[in-house]
Order: sequence, then C-alpha cells, then structure tokens
Amino acid sequence: MSTPDLPADDNTANDPTRRAPLVIGRQDYASVTETVAKVAERRTCSPLWYGAFLVSSALTGVFFLLIGYLIVTGVGVWGNNIPAAWAFDIVNFVFWIGIGHAGTLISAILFLFRQKWRTSINRFAEAMTVFAVACAGIFPAIHIGRVWVVYWLAPYPNQMQIWPNFRSPLLWDVFAVSTYATVSVMFWYLGMIPDLATLRDRAGTKLRRLAYGAFALGWRGSARQWHVYERAYLFLAALATPLVLSVHSVVSFDFAVSQVPGWHTTIFPPYFVVGAIFSGFAMVIMLMVPAREFFGLKNLVTARHLENMNKILLATSCIIGYSYVMELFIAWYSGNPYERFAFMNRAFGPYAPAYWTMITCNVVVPQLMWIKKCRVTPWIMFVVAVLVNVGMWLERFVIIVSSLSRDFLPSSWGLFVPTKIDVLMLMGSFGMFFTLFLLFCRFLPIVAMAEVKQVLPHGEG
Amino acid sequence: MADAPKTAAAPEGTDGQGTDRRLVAKHGRLVVAGLLAEFPSAETLKAAAARVRDEGFTRWDVHSPFPIHGIEQAMGIRPTPLPWLVLAAGIAGGVAAIAMQWWMNAVAYPLVISGKPFFSLPANIPVVFELVVLFAALAAFGGAMALSRLPQFSHFVFRASAFGRVTTDGFFISIEAADAKFDESATRELMESLGARGVEICRESTGGRHLPKALTWGLVVVGALALLPPLGIAAARHRKSEKPRLHPIQDMDFQPKYKAQAHSALFPDGRAMRPPVPGTIAVGNLNADAHYYLGYRLKQGTGDRGQGTEAKGQTEDDREYFTTFPPQVEAKMRELMDRGQGRFNIYCAPCHGLVGEGDGMTSVRALERRDPEWQVPTSLHKPAVRGQPVGRLFNTITHGLGKMPSYAAQIPVEDRWAIVLYVRALERSQNAGSEDVPEDIRPQLR
Repeated sequence: MSTPDLPADDNTANDPTRRAPLVIGRQDYASVTETVAKVAERRTCSPLWYGAFLVSSALTGVFFLLIGYLIVTGVGVWGNNIPAAWAFDIVNFVFWIGIGHAGTLISAILFLFRQKWRTSINRFAEAMTVFAVACAGIFPAIHIGRVWVVYWLAPYPNQMQIWPNFRSPLLWDVFAVSTYATVSVMFWYLGMIPDLATLRDRAGTKLRRLAYGAFALGWRGSARQWHVYERAYLFLAALATPLVLSVHSVVSFDFAVSQVPGWHTTIFPPYFVVGAIFSGFAMVIMLMVPAREFFGLKNLVTARHLENMNKILLATSCIIGYSYVMELFIAWYSGNPYERFAFMNRAFGPYAPAYWTMITCNVVVPQLMWIKKCRVTPWIMFVVAVLVNVGMWLERFVIIVSSLSRDFLPSSWGLFVPTKIDVLMLMGSFGMFFTLFLLFCRFLPIVAMAEVKQVLPHGEG
Repeated sequence: MADAPKTAAAPEGTDGQGTDRRLVAKHGRLVVAGLLAEFPSAETLKAAAARVRDEGFTRWDVHSPFPIHGIEQAMGIRPTPLPWLVLAAGIAGGVAAIAMQWWMNAVAYPLVISGKPFFSLPANIPVVFELVVLFAALAAFGGAMALSRLPQFSHFVFRASAFGRVTTDGFFISIEAADAKFDESATRELMESLGARGVEICRESTGGRHLPKALTWGLVVVGALALLPPLGIAAARHRKSEKPRLHPIQDMDFQPKYKAQAHSALFPDGRAMRPPVPGTIAVGNLNADAHYYLGYRLKQGTGDRGQGTEAKGQTEDDREYFTTFPPQVEAKMRELMDRGQGRFNIYCAPCHGLVGEGDGMTSVRALERRDPEWQVPTSLHKPAVRGQPVGRLFNTITHGLGKMPSYAAQIPVEDRWAIVLYVRALERSQNAGSEDVPEDIRPQLR
C-alpha cells in the first residue's frame, strides 16, 4: 500500500500499516558503498571544505600555541581566581565530555534497543564522541598547572611512595574519562573495520591501499569473523551503555560530593547525564544537517533520521527543564538559606544573563520540536541545535562559576571574568573538534556501510 | 600486506596470471592454496554453505559484505567462547580494582581524609565499575581480534581478482587446498553445481608469507631508533658526573626576585632592600619601661625622643640612672637573689671572680701568662663601683664597659637585674660593718 500524496523522498509519514523505510532512493549494496565510499575517495573537495578546514585548523593552531603559552607562563593567563578556581577550563571539559555522550548513546543504547535507524548516523556520532573526548581530555590535563607531572594522576609506583586518594571523585573522574575514551575508540574502530576494508578494496592508489589495508587488519568478511565480530560489538555496546551513564555521573560527583551551595545536590548525576545526551544530540544534528547536504547522503540519512533525533532532543529538553525546576524546588524545600541564596543568585545575581539565556536555549527553544515542520526542516533544526549547544555550555558555566563565586562567606566572594585567552581557548577547542571532524569526513567511511546494508529492505539474506 | 590489494586490482579474467608470473619471478614455485567461488546472493550462498558443510569440508569459509542471518547454523559454526573471556576479564577487573584500592589506600599509604575509613567500599565502587568495564571491553576487542585471527594481512583469497567485491556486494565461499576433501576439479564442479557464478583457483608461493623487505628493514631501523632514548636515560642514570644534574623542569625553583643588598632601579636610593622608616621599632623591642629595660632615663631638656629609646648622640651626662630596683624586681627579690647568684657564677665570675674582686680564673691565667694586652677586671668592691646606682650597673651589663663586652644577647633583662641584685649583696658582704650583723650574735664579734 502506498500513499500517493507522499513525495518519494519523504519517509517521515507515520502510517501504522507499514514500516517506514530506513533508507530511500532504491538502494542496493553497491549503491550504498558507492554513496559512502565516494565521499572518502574524491580527489578534490569543495572549496567549502577547504575554507572550513582552513578556519578550523587555524583555530587548532591557536589552541595549541595558547596551551604552550599557558604551560610556559602558568594558569594565571586564565581569569580563574580564588574562589572561582574552576572556570572555563572545567566548563569546557564538562561541555565536551557531555557532547561525547550522544555518540555512545546512539551507538550502544539504540543498538541494544534494536533501533535500526541508528545505522545511518552511528558512525558520525561515534566519531564525534572520540573527537569530543579528545577535546575534553585536554582541559583537565592543562588546568592542573604543572602539566609535566600529569602522570601523578595515575596510580604508579613512585619514589615518593605515595598513592592517589581513591575516596576522591576527582580520581574517579580520571578513571571514568580514560575508560570512556578507550572504550569509545575501540567501539568506533571495531565498527569501522569492515568499512575500512571496503575502502581498501576500492583504493585507487598504492598509498591508500597500504593505509586502509593496514587499518583494515586484513578483514575478509568471513562468516567466522563476522560471528565473533558481531558478538564483540554486542559486548562493547552492552559495556558502553552503563559506562556512558556512569561517566557523566562521575563528572557530576566532582561537584555533588563537595559542599558548595548549588553543587551539593543528589539530582546531579541524572541531571548531568540527560544534559550530556541533550547536548550531544544537538551536536550530532548540527554536524549531520550540513554533512548530509554536502556529501550527498540524503538517501541514507533521511528526514526521518533527523526527525527521530529531534524527538530525542525534545524529550531530553523536557527532562532538563524538569531538572531546573526541581533544583529550584529543592533549594526552597531544603530550607537551607545558602542553597536558596545560590539559586536566587543564579537567576538574579551577576551571572543572571547566562542563566536566562540557558533557560531560553535549553528549555524554551527546543519546544519548537513539538511542531512537525520544525522537526523535518533542516535549517530550523540546525539553528535550534546551535542554540542548544550554546545553552548547554552556559549551563555548565552557570553551575560552576556562579556557585563558586558566591559561596558561604561574603568575605570570600569574587567574580570570575574570562580573559582573552579563556575565550580563544574555547574557540580553539571547537577548532580542534571541527578539524578532526573534517578530516574524518575526508578520509574515513562516514556511514556504517556494512550496517546499512543489513537494514536494506532485502538485506536480511 | 601489500600482496592483498595487488591481486584485487588485477584485471578481470586473467585468473591472476599476471600476478602469478610476478610472484614466480620473485619467490619461485607456486602451489594451489585454495578455491574461491562467487555466488549471486546471500540466499544462494546460505544454501550452498549448508551443502558444503554436509559434504564434510572443514577448512572453508563464507565471505560476505555484512553478517548473514542464520549463516552460523548453515555452516555449523560453534558459538564463540568470547562471552566467557569477557566475563573473566570483567571479574578480573573488579578484583584488581578492589585489591588495588585496598592496598594503596589502606596498606601502602593510609592517609587520613576527613576521618573517613581507609578502606570504604562505597567510595571504591566507581573505580571498580570503571575497571570492570575497561577490562571487559579490552577483552571483547582483543578477544575478537585473537579469535578471528586478525590482523592477518596475507591470505590466499586476496589473490583472487573478484575478491575485492566482498566488502561491497560479493558473496563467496572459499575452500582451502589443505582440506582433506579438497580436489581442484571436483570441488570446482561442486561449486558450479551449487550455483556459483564464477570459480577461481588461488595460488600461493611456497616461499611462505613474509613481510616485504623494505617494510622489514624499516621496522628494524625504527625499532633501533626507538631504543635510543631509553638507552640514553638508562646510561645517564648509571653514570657519575660532577656537573649539576639536568634540571629541565624548573617548577618554582628559580623565581625572579630581589635578594639582600641587590640593586634596584625602582627606588631613588638604588637599593632593593628598604630601610625601615625612622623611628621604627622592631616587634618585641618597644621597651617603653625605661626603668626596667634601660636602668636610666634622659634628663629634662635633652630632647624629647621618647623616654625608652636609646637614640644616638646621648652622653652619660644626659642620663639619670635609677638608684632603686624596678618594681618588677622588687616584687620577687628573694627568688631573684638565688637566680642572680647562679647567673653571676656563670657569666661574671670567670673574670670578676666568685667574690667579685676581679680575680676570676681567666684573669689569673692571663696574668700568669703575662699577657701584655690583659686588663685586670675591675673589683666590684671598689668604692667607685659600690657608689654606682643600680641602673648604672644594669647598663654596664647591657652594653659592656672598657674591655668588658655587652651581655645583652646572652642574659635576659630579668636575669641582668638579678645579677645586679646579687652584686649588691656581694658588695655588702665584703664591706659589712658590725651593724650588718644580727643583734643577737653581735656580742660574739670582736
């Protein structure tokens, strides 16, 4: 049964009598490979890619120069002070680690729930996770001041005969983030091996054959390999699912376990996890909308994929809104004057503009997604996604800086004002993220070809 | 590694002959390594796989661009032991994490943190969880690689020209020549009867599989170079040197700062050290009570520079010595008398003698040696000394007189007064009259 009023490339209609196609445009195995592999095989790119790469790699250069400047000079180049000893560094860390969460969510949780529509976007999201975690890892490493002894974070036998304090959330964080980075990279790479083999087999030059051949590890697509591979992938998904929930919970412990008013709340772990998924999905949408346009992936990443992501965006936005309200309620209900003050100060204190922008971007704007037209119109969702990312960055700023700058004693209050270096390093981290992402789009299989082939209408052989 | 794509790129229909010729030239004889048959679809492949299994082949495989549902049953693949590996690794991770945290925080380095227990399971759960996941994930990945024998860059199927399609839309069955049931023509016929679209015989050199020479040598060179830094460090650790050690990370060892007596352009006088403002009194040196701390006061009209100060330019004439002990001393005369005797015998007697006649051991010895420089210490019983007010005696101990040095550094203020008190007692003992003797024993005097 077909609905004649529906355009051929629209699979967003909800007709309960038939399953909406996951990919469109009469795809077969060869056309899926062709569509995806050609992105990584073109000899020259559009000027737009070069332009974007130029800007982002320049920002990356600035980022690393500033890191060098910071190491040589000291963390005083930032606006951090006492009491606001954590500012942009930790805000950026939490922001980027949160961005990473959507990748694992799409890859692992949707995989476990057998949400087959994930196959078109999971590679994107996993790549995004790996790059975001790379950006996130830099900030805590450089904020310790003496970067050259960063290995002190690890428990290793040393001449000082001392060991880390395992009762500290900051150490849990080291374990959580490094485990997360390791598992994300393995998950991403394991999923990519069959597709790297595709690029190896299609390679036109010797260099490409060697490079893709080395990373494909000699994959033969053999049934015995697939059998182990699928099981391993399932395990990584099953392990990554609780991991992704734990990582941002542990990040939230950095705050919740302390006693600073505005931090010391039990809602933090779920609130942080949802915020992370929310911002991560916004980032996936932000990257996916232009990418499917430029790389001709509209048949694989269909309007329905985008609509599904926007539905998750809306759902997480509502949970975030609930969390904001609940934070305020608990602050009032606790009867603790310091907690009450912390939240009044967020809304009406010196950082009030950040707070209200956060509320607008995170809670108000995503409500547009109740309207179907907004869910399927690329430019609208792009704008919403950008605003959500702005809002989620500000959320971390509000939580960290406004709480620290106004703690118990008015005598120890102090405002944080970012320096130029702070702002440039934030921009630089975006530059690094986009540089890695642009290189990924240029050289690696950006859609999981082997997985998409399984969900083709005739894929179940 | 480079072998695989070479054959994949060979032109259709040559059956890899061109490649074969090159391999023969390079490695010598070629032998049949196996057979590769291409099937048109996943369905026909699955049916064919079931037949191959029934025929009793053991060393064979199926190749497809994606995992085919149900192929394990068709081929008779036994379930992989990977789950047990992952479980074992996860348990190992958890045990390792608990043992590590217990040993490090409760045994090797028990550090009190807000009075929390050294080993507390709730605080250790996050790290346990992370290590369980990490170990299990590493086992899943590493186990998958090991169980599917990856990386394996050289395999006979890569010699087949059609095999490049396996990662796009090709469906293949490969059978190794080493299989007991393998027979070049019979197996080919079997494949064709099962609906194979094309069958290729793959040949391999007998020279075995080895890395290209350039790669081998490259790895050797890189490996050798990579050994240099650790060797250098190891050598440096075991070598003695008289030079100061390398100090690449300076931490806060060297900071820009002014040292004492350094020059500074910042101040008009060019000194980095700032002299105190005139009239500054160091902490603990206010000494406002002139009677107690100085033993004298300035006479009226000799400048109003504060009663207690020892400003420069004073002469003896400007001073008026106190003739009485200060009230602090008056309050505990008895106690101070004993103290004064002890201090006197320690500090004064070496020169002045135990009785104060200027015949201390130092003086005796100096006179014996006829030291021309030696000045005989003053007898405390000379009328000139006996006539001095107590404040004057105190001042002499504080600042010294003639050859006698200052004792202010050794003897605290109270002890100096105690000594003065004792000196007065000594003086009286050596110049006593009959009126000093208690009345009841006065008659016994002659």
